[in-house]
Amino acid sequence: MELTLFVIFGAVAVASAFMVIVSRNPVVSALFLILTFFCLAGLYVLLNAQFIAALQIIVYAGAIMVLFVFVVMLLRTGKEARRGYRLIFQKSIGIIFVVLFLLLLGSITLMVSVTGMRGPYTAEAVRHIGNTQAFASVLFTDYLYPFEIISVLLLAGIIGAVVLAKRKR
Amino acid sequence: MPIDFLPILILLILSALMSGGMVFLSHLFGRKEPNPSKLSPYECGIPPVGDARLRFSVKFFVVAMLFIIFDFEGVTIYPWAVIFRKLHLFGLVEMGVFLGVLLIGLVYIWRKGALQWD
Repeated sequence: MELTLFVIFGAVAVASAFMVIVSRNPVVSALFLILTFFCLAGLYVLLNAQFIAALQIIVYAGAIMVLFVFVVMLLRTGKEARRGYRLIFQKSIGIIFVVLFLLLLGSITLMVSVTGMRGPYTAEAVRHIGNTQAFASVLFTDYLYPFEIISVLLLAGIIGAVVLAKRKR
Repeated sequence: MPIDFLPILILLILSALMSGGMVFLSHLFGRKEPNPSKLSPYECGIPPVGDARLRFSVKFFVVAMLFIIFDFEGVTIYPWAVIFRKLHLFGLVEMGVFLGVLLIGLVYIWRKGALQWD
């Protein structure tokens, strides 16, 4: 059951991520990106990370996609944006990097194990103490300093948005 | 438990089937006799004025950006509240610093008038 769901979510996530890149209309890309986020949330649920799954939908599919759609609307999305460009130089470089990336990925998968080191928070341990509790107790004790740094980062984001978009006329 | 999410999965499947089915069935059985006035966008009955793809004001971007930031703030309070009893005063101070820094941001955008539309 879990393996079937994993395969379905993973396949739909990869397919919709592919459609994000391929589709010419930026709004269609944004909608496929939302589908990708939902599939990722499904994968998080399968990993017993329900809180992260909820965050994935609330923050990514909710807030960040709203921002993306607004940015798409800020841009000129008329015919000239959809005509497509000839990116011969970029495409050839891209193909080289894709081949290199696949070689690297293949060599890693063949030589060493794909799964990383096992921490104390395995799926069973998380199931025992509860996902949100486990997440919170790590975030607010061990990762206290990064957590406080996030607030400064968000403050920088606020100031940046206001400075960029709120010019005095 | 992932099994608790089974109703949500069923809901997702049902809604996908319903919306997809409606589009498919109307595509299958619907009559297709297009003419220019039928294909034009519907604007409450009057003839359409201009193109719908105009450029949006950058004010929407500010609103969306501030929404993300305060959405994230609200989302961090949730796990904090779950283990609040375990953290005691330490947790209160910790979250106080976090919210204090973001409060500076709120005061800043308030004073700059970014919450005003004009």
